[in-house]
Amino acid sequence: MYLYDAIDKDFLADRAAEFRGQVARRLAGELTEDQFKPLRLMNGLYLQLHAYMLRVAVPYGSLNPTQLRAFAHIARTWDKGYGHFTTRQNIQFNWVKLGDAPDILDHLAGVDMHAIQTSGNCIRNVTSDPYAGATAQEVDDPRVWSEVIRQWSTLHPEFSFLPRKFKIAVTAAETDRTAARAHDIGLKVQRGPDGDLGFEVMVGGGQGRTPYLAPTIRAHLPASRLISYLEAILRVYNRHGRRDNIYKARIKILVASLGAEEFARQVEEEWLKIAEGADLPDTELARIRGSFAPLDFAILPPRSDVFEAAKASDKAFARFVRNNIKAHKQPGYGIVEISLKAPGATPGDASAEQMEAVADLAERFGLSDIRATHEQNLVLPHVKLDDAPAVHAALAAVGLATPNINLISDIIACPGLDYCALANARAIPVAQSIAERFADPDRAETIGELKVKISGCINACGHHHVGHIGILGVDKKGEEFYQLSLGGSGAEDASLASILGPALPADKVADAVDRMVEAYLAIRQDGERFLDTFRRAGMTPFKEAVYVDAH
Amino acid sequence: MSMLIKLTQAGFQVAEDLFIDVADEEIIPAGSVILSLTRFQAEGDALVTAGRAVGVRIASDETVEDLAYDLPRLALVAVVFPKFRDGRAFTTATLLRERLGYRGEVRAVGDVLREQALFMVRCGIDAFAPADGATVEDWARAAGRYRHVYQRAADRRAPAFEERG
Repeated sequence: MYLYDAIDKDFLADRAAEFRGQVARRLAGELTEDQFKPLRLMNGLYLQLHAYMLRVAVPYGSLNPTQLRAFAHIARTWDKGYGHFTTRQNIQFNWVKLGDAPDILDHLAGVDMHAIQTSGNCIRNVTSDPYAGATAQEVDDPRVWSEVIRQWSTLHPEFSFLPRKFKIAVTAAETDRTAARAHDIGLKVQRGPDGDLGFEVMVGGGQGRTPYLAPTIRAHLPASRLISYLEAILRVYNRHGRRDNIYKARIKILVASLGAEEFARQVEEEWLKIAEGADLPDTELARIRGSFAPLDFAILPPRSDVFEAAKASDKAFARFVRNNIKAHKQPGYGIVEISLKAPGATPGDASAEQMEAVADLAERFGLSDIRATHEQNLVLPHVKLDDAPAVHAALAAVGLATPNINLISDIIACPGLDYCALANARAIPVAQSIAERFADPDRAETIGELKVKISGCINACGHHHVGHIGILGVDKKGEEFYQLSLGGSGAEDASLASILGPALPADKVADAVDRMVEAYLAIRQDGERFLDTFRRAGMTPFKEAVYVDAH
Repeated sequence: MSMLIKLTQAGFQVAEDLFIDVADEEIIPAGSVILSLTRFQAEGDALVTAGRAVGVRIASDETVEDLAYDLPRLALVAVVFPKFRDGRAFTTATLLRERLGYRGEVRAVGDVLREQALFMVRCGIDAFAPADGATVEDWARAAGRYRHVYQRAADRRAPAFEERG
């Protein structure tokens, strides 16, 4: 992974020192909360319902064991013993004291981590493929370009006070694990017609109260021109994005109101005026690329006898293999997904002990590489199949061997009304009720891939617009209700979900999901996922299943 | 006379503001003045021809390119930050320096706070009218907080990738 040099380290130290000074001014009463707010938000510190919440960046979801242990240390020392991995591959600490925040940032800087641009109307942490460097699908390592963007966007002089927050995703594989089209900018690394490396550039996606999938505004951008092209997009947005209404301030509204074609024309016009000198020199690209050189993989046969024997003798391991171990590009290796969605758990939460266990496993068996996914799980991207049974056993010992990746209980949920000052309704208990309903692993596997995504308010942090089943918490005269929608996808077959019907009270949601699942099982055709059946059969069978009593 | 902070070869310095900022409904007084873009387009030519020092105030929703032809005749350009969070003036300043080649004073006015000092300097702004009571020392400290920067910008500071050479 990318190693911070003296320059990167100085930068984080300077940042931490600056924030320490700002906190001191606040605590001494020299700054009011109003004046302090924009400053703390620049460092990821939110004031939530019960306490301050600190959001720490995990740049493009990539971590080493030392960094994960630092999270464990923070959780134990300054929080309540756990952290929450978010839908943007970051981690949040929910119970932070203001006076402790500078110490936490110092501790983070000590392991090359920070909370820069994890909030505010700036370019946020880049989302990337958690399987980067491990999947055979990718045409190039998307982390190279994510790191390029991280550096370019850090305290960008011109683009740090945008109309609204700005999220960029980089993917390089056919299977999109980043929800690229749901981002302000989605970049898909590809080979062009002449074999040259470049990007498909998608702009103007987003969720929130007005969801859009990003249209492609340029079919192929030469890779070396990335920074100047991003500059052109951001400049058009900074100048013309709406600032009169925060609900209409995202770039998706600008793109939708101009039309993708006119927006693209304006970007191209601006881009032509930006000299090529604005791009990153090839030497720096090469330096960054060098950080992501192929790892020192062992030469192994594709088949591991240890692995096969464990699969044959241990049903729990076999189930884990079916659901949580994915194909690696290197023979004899696998990508191990670690579910943070155990039945009854809060989706995305990990305790200090669990984080330390994962850090140890990464060191012993995983080439010291760890990823966070936007679906709120962790990944050990490089595990020898020979070691997989030992990894599975060690995960099971700390409650991290839940074999449910991509299954119905692998639910995305925002923190909801339990933590968040914006929420209208709770999200976590609804996720738990669904996970408990489908706790039978055989049934969950029979159902197959089914992505349930829950948001506690219209801001859609739980990605309900792109859930196969999306669930949105709404407030109806002081009572929590849940609006169900179907048919969304954040993957390469991206689509927005459509509303099923009237909202339901909390205690009816798991029932409704159950009925829709039964309806799906009754009509699915060979190998169809829930999403495929919905796309073929439409809303009617599901609507009838849920609202049958209402007739 | 109010005071300004100016960035010169010698660093940040306090300077007397010799210009009168003239609102559109006011009569243009004697001396050096700053006018809105609209007013400058209507009345600026006569003032400049008469040898007056004239600056132009660019609102955050105005297009700085409209001023391109007049730039050599201007004493300064004031870029307006109507609110701390309105970042359009950063683009205005960048374009003045990088695209329009303006070498004269670019002054930040409005909701100008020390927390933006670094961004402003990097975009080529070299005169500041702080709204938060920041002293020249405060300003210099805020602008000099970071030993390194990551991007090329109008201030010509060597970015990290050039330092790494």
